[in-house]
Amino acid sequence: MSAATEVTYLEAISDGLRQEMRRDPSVLCIGEDIGAFGGAFKVTDGFIEEFGAGRVMDAPLAENAIIGAAVGAAAEGLRPVCEMQFADFISCGFDQLVNVAAKMHYRQGLAVPMVVRLPSGGGFSGGPFHSQNPEAWFLQSPGLKVVAPATAADAKGLLTAAIRDPNPVCYLEHKGLYRYVKGEVPAGEHEVALGEARLAREGGELSVITYGSGVHLALEAAADLDEDIEVLDLRSLCPLDTEAILASARKTGKVLVAHEATQSCGVGAEVAALVAAEAFEDLDGPVRRLTAPDVPIPFSPPLEQAVLPQLDDMKEACRELLAY
Amino acid sequence: MEPVNGAVASARDEVGDRRESADRDAPGREAGEVARSTFLNRADRANLLRYMAMMRSAEERAITLYRQGKIPGSFYDGAGQEAISVGSSYALGPRDRMCILHRDLGAHFVRGVTPDRYLANYMGRAGGVTGGRDGNLHFGDRELGCVGMVSMLPDMAPVATGMALSFKLRGEPRVAMTYFGDGSTANGQWHEALNFAGVHLLPVVFVLENNGFAYSTPNELEFAVDPVERAATYGFPGELIDGNDVEAVFEASRIAAARAREGGGPTLIECRTMRMHGHGAHDDMRYVPPEMFEEWSARDPIDRYGERLVAEHGFSADEVERIRAEVKAYVDECAQTALASPMPDPATATDGVFADDLTPLGDGKAPWSYWAERPDVERSAA
Repeated sequence: MSAATEVTYLEAISDGLRQEMRRDPSVLCIGEDIGAFGGAFKVTDGFIEEFGAGRVMDAPLAENAIIGAAVGAAAEGLRPVCEMQFADFISCGFDQLVNVAAKMHYRQGLAVPMVVRLPSGGGFSGGPFHSQNPEAWFLQSPGLKVVAPATAADAKGLLTAAIRDPNPVCYLEHKGLYRYVKGEVPAGEHEVALGEARLAREGGELSVITYGSGVHLALEAAADLDEDIEVLDLRSLCPLDTEAILASARKTGKVLVAHEATQSCGVGAEVAALVAAEAFEDLDGPVRRLTAPDVPIPFSPPLEQAVLPQLDDMKEACRELLAY
Repeated sequence: MEPVNGAVASARDEVGDRRESADRDAPGREAGEVARSTFLNRADRANLLRYMAMMRSAEERAITLYRQGKIPGSFYDGAGQEAISVGSSYALGPRDRMCILHRDLGAHFVRGVTPDRYLANYMGRAGGVTGGRDGNLHFGDRELGCVGMVSMLPDMAPVATGMALSFKLRGEPRVAMTYFGDGSTANGQWHEALNFAGVHLLPVVFVLENNGFAYSTPNELEFAVDPVERAATYGFPGELIDGNDVEAVFEASRIAAARAREGGGPTLIECRTMRMHGHGAHDDMRYVPPEMFEEWSARDPIDRYGERLVAEHGFSADEVERIRAEVKAYVDECAQTALASPMPDPATATDGVFADDLTPLGDGKAPWSYWAERPDVERSAA
């Protein structure tokens, strides 16, 4: 493995994608404005010059055609990586994703190796249609794998693994982390296995189980509070690393599940149910959730901040559980 | 209420007028003449009859099984539409790919699926193509180069487009073909797929089976302009043909596939036909005027082709009868095989949600004599 270099989360996604496209000629990108323009967030900047318009395909404004064409191309042995311009627009390609792609292997024994990149998350006044965290939609659709990296290294490593996986993988890349998060990333091939959580901070009194933007909020809160807090970064939401979740819950006896997505029937609910069912005897307090409330993400900054979990909210939630 | 109804009626008359004029202008529609392909030999013609008869026999056998309570859920067939799936799929080569729909059993048979696997699939048996994972015609045998349909229509149009995209990117002279009905042309995914295929000039053949009704909804409530006329707006040709004439379907498909292979892009073929049974076995079709059945019964694609084989291609009436009888006996045998197939093991219900490995598509049978005469045709490794 080559030396690690410090890059942004965004650069790490680009690096991972570029590396896989260089390694495997069957990998191609399909999406809106990803060619000459390089994508709305510039993840594929410079790709069309290196790989040509055939492998960096500007698609018409038609998400079902993008996902559906990717299913067909994947069935024929290619490994398409679709870019939704914003995760929110997967609603327009949802039918192909959940009915065609997700169910294909179960129904037909036909593998559909494809990735759907989903720039997700709020915090920048994107409003109700450019800020969502739609991961729970996918988790109710058996046959889809779902990952949500929090660090630059995982952004690259999970994308590499997602591309190499024989299943449809929803890859949630948080827009708020694109340029905010920087970190050491292995320069060469770097793969992070799907389904393995990462212990982001070790602690003994409280487990904050989270992913994506929540990891950074939790780490900051733990540092500010200077308490014995453990932070478990799930990284993969499906498959879910249930062993790591239970090991952490058993160790600390207190669990806060945190995510930016809305609350009801979300990842937090799933983790809480798992902990309640399997680690009940080890708990020293109620399993709590810190999430967005069940509302659309509002546009105006004070409203948006009221909805999305903030650092103070995280600190407060940790304090309450530690004091329980 | 009165004026509103009046306005609706008058709007529908107007739509009716427009549809009529589209019919009058349609190529080959009113001519009453039959298409004759010069690309078929005697064995091919016997095959076309055989596959159509096999579809009819297998579906009739399935209806019996349904009435006997051996088929859970409902039952769907393509009675009267046999010429479309048989004629179109017959034009394809082994490495071409298909997404076959629920009125298109004949295409599965042409690709190499046997009737026992079809019947077992309907009965939810382990020996069905999906092993009980999905019912009726919701299957595609990947080893025969097919990707199975879903209930949402026309979802396979984007998928076939994607297969065609892979052929184009690799520079392979291959074709993807898929079907949809008249109702599907009203859905946004139809537009998305045809537009995508047109923009990138992809080697895909879109076969529209216009059987008059989307469940109970007639054409005039599905579209204001005949869908075949829309092909031009996507930048590729559209052709309206008699869907009850198997050689007309074969010829249009052969030409469309050849053009696609040469880089000429997609084609939309609209096959006019009539769904002679209900949308499903639960549908009594009270919405269809009886004279429509009479008109289309006289144009039964199988009877009609049998007569033509005798009148124009040197087949004896006995020979035609023998082909149909042999097929029927074969289907009966297949039904016994299907009935002997066990139900799937409930312990396997949660298996296979995810793939562990890639599963490449295999090649179809491609019985058209043209392919047998071309041993140089590359076969897939799978």
